[in-house]
Amino acid sequence: MTVPVSYYIILSAIVFLTGVVGVLIRRNIIAILLSVELMLNATNINFVAFSDHLQDLGGQVFVFFALTVAAAEVAVGLAIIIALHRSRSTINIEEFNLLKW
Amino acid sequence: MAHLFFGYFAGMITITSILVVALRNPVYSALSLLIMFFHVAGLFITLHAEFLAAVQVIVYAGAILVLYLFVVMLLNVNRDDRYHSQWRVVAFVCVPLSIEFLVLLSGTMGAANRQPASLPVEPHTADNTLAIGRTLFSTYLFPFEVASLILLVAMIGAIFLAKRDIGENEAKDVTRVPGAQ
Amino acid sequence: MLYALIPLLPLAAFLVLGLGGSRIKDRAHLVAVPAVLLSLTLALTAFFEVASGSVISVPLYTWLTSGDLDIHIGLHIDRLTAVMLLLVTGVSSLVHIYTIGYMHGDSGYARFFSYIALFTFSMLMLVLADNLLQLFIFWEAVGLCSYLLIGHWYERASACAAATKAFLVNRVGDFGFMLGLLLVWYHFGSLNYLDIFPAIHEATDLTMNLLGPFGGVWDVSVFTLIALLLFTGAVGKSAQVPLHVWLPDAMEGPTPISALIHAATMVTAGVFMVARLAPIYNLSPTAMSVVAVTGAVTMLLGATIALTQTDIKRVVAYSTVSQLGYMIMACGLGAYASGMYHLLTHGAFKALLFLGCGSVIIALHHEQDMRHMGGLKDKLPITYWTFVVGSLALAGFPLTAGFFSKDDILVSAWSSGTLGQVLSILGLLTALLTAFYSFRLVFATFWGPSHVEPHHATHIQEPSRTMTTPLLILAVFSVLTGYLGIPSFLEPVFSTGQDTATQHGSDALMIMLAATAMGLLGIASAYYVYVLNPDLPERLATRWKVLYQASLNKWYVDELYDYLFVRPTLKTASELWKRVDVEVIDGAVNGIARAIAWGGWLLRLIQSGQTQHYALAMALGIVVLTAYLLL
Repeated sequence: MTVPVSYYIILSAIVFLTGVVGVLIRRNIIAILLSVELMLNATNINFVAFSDHLQDLGGQVFVFFALTVAAAEVAVGLAIIIALHRSRSTINIEEFNLLKW
Repeated sequence: MAHLFFGYFAGMITITSILVVALRNPVYSALSLLIMFFHVAGLFITLHAEFLAAVQVIVYAGAILVLYLFVVMLLNVNRDDRYHSQWRVVAFVCVPLSIEFLVLLSGTMGAANRQPASLPVEPHTADNTLAIGRTLFSTYLFPFEVASLILLVAMIGAIFLAKRDIGENEAKDVTRVPGAQ
Repeated sequence: MLYALIPLLPLAAFLVLGLGGSRIKDRAHLVAVPAVLLSLTLALTAFFEVASGSVISVPLYTWLTSGDLDIHIGLHIDRLTAVMLLLVTGVSSLVHIYTIGYMHGDSGYARFFSYIALFTFSMLMLVLADNLLQLFIFWEAVGLCSYLLIGHWYERASACAAATKAFLVNRVGDFGFMLGLLLVWYHFGSLNYLDIFPAIHEATDLTMNLLGPFGGVWDVSVFTLIALLLFTGAVGKSAQVPLHVWLPDAMEGPTPISALIHAATMVTAGVFMVARLAPIYNLSPTAMSVVAVTGAVTMLLGATIALTQTDIKRVVAYSTVSQLGYMIMACGLGAYASGMYHLLTHGAFKALLFLGCGSVIIALHHEQDMRHMGGLKDKLPITYWTFVVGSLALAGFPLTAGFFSKDDILVSAWSSGTLGQVLSILGLLTALLTAFYSFRLVFATFWGPSHVEPHHATHIQEPSRTMTTPLLILAVFSVLTGYLGIPSFLEPVFSTGQDTATQHGSDALMIMLAATAMGLLGIASAYYVYVLNPDLPERLATRWKVLYQASLNKWYVDELYDYLFVRPTLKTASELWKRVDVEVIDGAVNGIARAIAWGGWLLRLIQSGQTQHYALAMALGIVVLTAYLLL
C-alpha cells in the first residue's frame, strides 16, 4: 500500500510555509538563506513525489536542475554576504536600509 | 511498512525545518538543516529516486551546508537577539496562506489520487541512475549544458564578489580617509 | 469729404505728439495749435455751407455688419452740429493757445497737448456722429480723455482719485445710456439718426410690457423708457443731480482743461444729446418732466453750494453745475433751441471765467483760496476786466450774451404750462443766487485789502500774452454771442410741428424785467455783504450755522454716497478677498498641494529600506493573487 501522494503534498506545503516564515522573520541574513534552502527542498520533495506517482522521470530530472541552481545561488549569495560584512561589519538585515526614503 | 518510514521521515523533516527557523544561533540552524537534508534523502529513497538521494547528500549536505558553515565561521556571527519586528504580521499573513493551501489541496486531492493518465513512461528499472543518465543526456541535454554554464557564471560571480581589492590587505587596519587611495 | 478733416486734424496732432512727444517736448504747441486752428477754419466753412439750409452727410467707414446690425462711422452736419463744431473748435483753439503760457515748464507739456488734441478729436466725432453707437463710442472717449487730463499731475494722489471718481460716476450714467441704445436698436432695428427719426413718426404709441418676464402687466411707452435711459447718460456726463459729484473734484486738473472740458464741451455733450434726440423726447411727456425737474434741482443745488465755497475754481465749477441745470431744464420743457443757446453763450463766458481763474492762480503761484487773495484789480487789469465781463454775463446783466440766453430760457419755461411756470420762478431765484455768488467771487478776489501771502505779493504781474489774448477774445464773445440770432438759427432743427415753446408778448417783457431785477439785486447784495460790511459774512455764517455748513459741505451728497455705495462695496470686496479668495480659493489650491504632499509623505513610509518588509509585501501579494485565482 503506497503512501498516497497527497501526504507528500501536505508535507511539502508545511516545509514550504516554514521556509516562507523563516525568510520573513529572521534577522540574520545567513538564517534567511537557510530558509530559502528549506523552500527549495520542499519543492524538490513535491517533484520527486509526483515523479514517482506519475511514473515520469521528468520530475527527477527537474530536481536535478533545481539542485544545480540552488548550489549556484548559495555560492553567489554567500559571496554577497561576505561583501556586505566587509562594508558594514554586521549581517543583521535591518542594518541594510540604504533604500530608505 | 512504507507508511512507517514515511511517517518517520516526514516527522523529522517537519521538526527540523521548524527548528531551522526557530533556533537563534545560526550554527544550530545550519546543523538542523543538515539533519533535514539527510531525512529528505531518505524520503527520496522511499520514492525510488536513489540517485537523487545520493546527489542530495553529496551536493546539499556535503557542499552547500559546508559552505554555509565556512561563512558562519568566517564572519563570526552572533546570536540573533530577537525575531524581526514584523513577526506578528507574518503570523497573521500565515493564516490566509494556510487556508489557501487547504483549499488548493482539497481541489487537487481528487485529481492526485486518481490513477495517472497515460504518459510516456520510462520502464521502471531498478537502476535509477541508469535511467536518469539516459534521460538526462538525450532528452534533456540542452538544459544540462545550460546548467553547467550557470555553475560557471556562479563561480565567477562568487569569486568576484567576495574578492578583496588589491592593496586592501595591507591597509585593512588603517582608517581610510575617503578619496585617499 | 474735406469735412472729415475737422476731427482728423486733431487726431493727427494726438498721434504725432503721443508717439514723438518725448522728442518734441517744449515745442509741442507747434503741432497742436495749427491743427486745431485749421479745424476751426474748416468748421467755419461747414457752418456757412449748412447755414444755407443743406445738410452734409459723409459716410466714412463701415465698421461691421452683422445680420441687421450695421455699424459705421460717418459724419452728419446740420445746423445743430455746425454750431457745436464752432463751439468745440473755437474754445479748443483758445485753450490750446492759453495752455502755451499756463503749462509752460511743466514736465508733461507734450503729453498735455496730445491729450487735449485727442479730446478735441473725440468731442468732434461725438458731435458729428450720424448714429447713436458712434455717439456712444466717443461719449466714452471723451470720458477717457477727461480721466487722463484730470489726472495729468498723476503724482498727486488727490488728482488720481478725482480722475477715477469722474470716470466711475460717468460709467454709472453710461450704463443707462447703453440700455437705452439697446432698446432703440431692438425697437427700430437701426441706430442711425436718419433711420430712427422717420420710424419714430410711424410708431408714436409703441409700448412695452415691463412686467412681462414676471408674468405681470405694466405697459410703458417705449419712448419714455428710451428717453429716460438715455437721459441717465446725460445725467452722468452733464453733472446733473445725483451724478454731479465728479465735477467739483475734477478741478484737480489743470485750469485749461477745466475750461475746455468742464465748462464748454464735454459737459455739454449731455445737453447736446438730449437736443439731438429731441424727436424721441417730444414723444414722452413723462420723460420730459423728469428731465426738466432734474435740471431744476441741479440748478438750485449748484447755486446754493457755490455761495459758500472758498476755492475759486470750485465756485466756478458749481456754477457750471447750476448752469447746466438751466440748459437741461430748458430741454426738458421743450425749449431745445433756448437750451442750446444758453449752452453756447455759457461756453464762452464760463471758459472765460475758468481761464481768468487760471490767470489769477498763475499770478499768485498756484494759490487757489480766495481768502488769500484780494486787491488784485490794479495788479492784474486785463484779467480783472475780462473776469468782470464774464461774471456779468453769468449774472445775466443786461446786454451781455448771458442775459439774452438766460432770459430766453425763462420766457420759454414760463409759457410751457404749470410745471414750466413753477420752474421758471425757481430759475429766477437761482438767477439771484447766481449773481450773488459770481460777484462774491469778483469782490473777494479782486477788491478789498490784500490777504495775499507776503512773499507772493511782491511779484504779482499780468501773465503772458498767450494767456491774456484768449481772455480778451472770450470776453468779446461773451457779449457778442447774444446778438448772433442763434435761437432762430437753430429753431428749424427742432420744429416738429408741435408748438412747445412760444413767446407771448407781455409775459416775455415781464420775465425780462424780473430777470434783470434779480441780477442787479444779486450784484448789489454781494457788494453790500462783501465790500461794504466785510465782517457781515462771518456773522451771517454763525447765525445760520446749519444752512451754512450744509452748503459748505455740498449738502453732504458725497458723504451719503460714501455711506451707501462706497463703503459697502469696499467692505464686500474686502470680505470677498479675505474669505473667498484667501480662505476658500487659495485654501483649496494650497489644500490640494498640501494633500498631495501629505499623500506623498504617507506613501513614502512604504519605502522603509527594510528587506524584510519588502519580502512581506511579496508574500502578501501572493496571498492576494492566490485568493483571487481561487475565487
